[in-house]
Amino acid sequence: MLETARRYRKNGVSPVREVSGFLERITRDTCNAFVAVDRDGALGAAEEAQKLIEGGSEDHLAGVPLAVKDNICVRGIPATCASKILSTFVPACDATVVERLRKRGAVILGKTNLDEFAMGSTTSTGAFGPTLNPWDPTRTPGGSSGGSAAAVASGLCAGALGSDTGGSIRMPASFCGITGLKPTYGAVSRFGLVAFASSLDQIGPMAPSARDAAVLFEAIRGHDPRDSTSATAAHPPLNLDGLDLRGVRIGVPDEFFGEGLDHEVERSVTFGISTLENLGAQVKRISLPMVRYGVAVYYIVATAEASSNLARYDGVRYGKRAQGVGDLLDLYLETRTQGFGDEVKRRIMLGTYVLSAGYREAYYRKASQVRALMARDFERAFGECDLIAGPATPVTAFGLNEMAGDPLSLYLLDIYTIPANLTGLPALCVPCGFGGEGLPIGMQLMAPAFREDLLLGAGISFQDCTRFHRVKP
Amino acid sequence: MKITDSQVLHVAALARLKLDPEEVKRFRAELNSVLEYMDLLSEVDTDGIEPLHHPFPAGNVFRHEGAEPCRGAREALENAPHREGDLFVVPKVIE
Repeated sequence: MLETARRYRKNGVSPVREVSGFLERITRDTCNAFVAVDRDGALGAAEEAQKLIEGGSEDHLAGVPLAVKDNICVRGIPATCASKILSTFVPACDATVVERLRKRGAVILGKTNLDEFAMGSTTSTGAFGPTLNPWDPTRTPGGSSGGSAAAVASGLCAGALGSDTGGSIRMPASFCGITGLKPTYGAVSRFGLVAFASSLDQIGPMAPSARDAAVLFEAIRGHDPRDSTSATAAHPPLNLDGLDLRGVRIGVPDEFFGEGLDHEVERSVTFGISTLENLGAQVKRISLPMVRYGVAVYYIVATAEASSNLARYDGVRYGKRAQGVGDLLDLYLETRTQGFGDEVKRRIMLGTYVLSAGYREAYYRKASQVRALMARDFERAFGECDLIAGPATPVTAFGLNEMAGDPLSLYLLDIYTIPANLTGLPALCVPCGFGGEGLPIGMQLMAPAFREDLLLGAGISFQDCTRFHRVKP
Repeated sequence: MKITDSQVLHVAALARLKLDPEEVKRFRAELNSVLEYMDLLSEVDTDGIEPLHHPFPAGNVFRHEGAEPCRGAREALENAPHREGDLFVVPKVIE
């Protein structure tokens, strides 16, 4: 992304030519990363950006071609969430994040594939078919922001937006060898993001490098009166030169290196941590006992919130309505039954069950109490360290249908990413190695709330002395 | 077993979903395996712990009190699957 910005100034490349090149490459994409391309809109924005640059604008984002996950609204382009039920929905306005990027002169190329309503970790449960991993087309790119991850990894855009409710930015970033940031809850406006689980959802940047992710994050963060959960606190400035890691205390939780962690992933992440140590960081073992319960807590809380959020799809005000129905109840039943896919139905039912009379205490309340204990774990940990490091996912990218029909095993892959969502803390995934089959491996860094400056700074310094993020599929 | 066929049907009805007999069987098995996994939480002593529903302390947010331009009916109705004039049309509710 910063490379594109440099080419515009130093090499005299025009945004229109550059954007045309990206659009042309997208037509040859074999990964199914995009679900919609806005050719005319992108070329129009590129012309505007050209004027900005000719006028002397130094903005890193002017003319930079970006992709947007299809659960984030872009005015005039369908926002389908890869669901049949929203196949006809065209937003009347831009999400705040899109509005902010446009104001800076960024070019929106189109919308990227996801698991239906961002519920999944394979980018294969949606209505548009699976996205393939650019490193190996027989494997999943991860999910749910797999379209954005694949687009960034295969150079079909300079950067992208994803959303992360339980690892949906970091898991595909890890599987596709790119950099992804899940910001602090409230750091980025959720206005215009189709709601999945409102206490967990955050929009974040996905990019070829931590420096690029920092530029994108700086553009989209900040208070928005249209999102009542948007934080009003001032954000620390980001330093694109990186972070001096000397004396920075990095906690490595025992619970992130337990049963289920692939040997190659463990080796690469351990190497990544020792690289940070070589840069001067003090590494210490810590314990986060509640991490063990994260998946159970998450799949109660997230499905409970989803069952409530997805009640709005009734076929009345927007979206696709079932035809030939009898009464109003029949309209609801047929619209939802025909419109939602299996994974969405499974989660709506699970969420409805854990909130239903007689079970609410045992499931939803209990999970929310364990969530409170997990937040205490992290609070305690950040009393003795500045950052936490570990793997982003327990395995590398797996075969496209390897996990079909086994929802629980898929859910368990979220074990390292989920704690950041439940506690609201920011987390970054950076490439830190490759497995035996040449598949990327990601290292996750976590920081205290609103300390994305530490995360991105550490990521930049790490990438300044490693080359994993530069290797292309 | 945590959840029976009739409970699956009850939950589906609450969620306004229709299931055929084959789906009832499949969802029952899948939901059971997830719910059984969730028993893990019973290990944790949560006596006296206040549940956390939101990652950070959240207070009410009041919007600015004043007239602001807003979307007209036309724009709001643009995505309606069935409309007449400025109204959403649904099947007759009251006889």
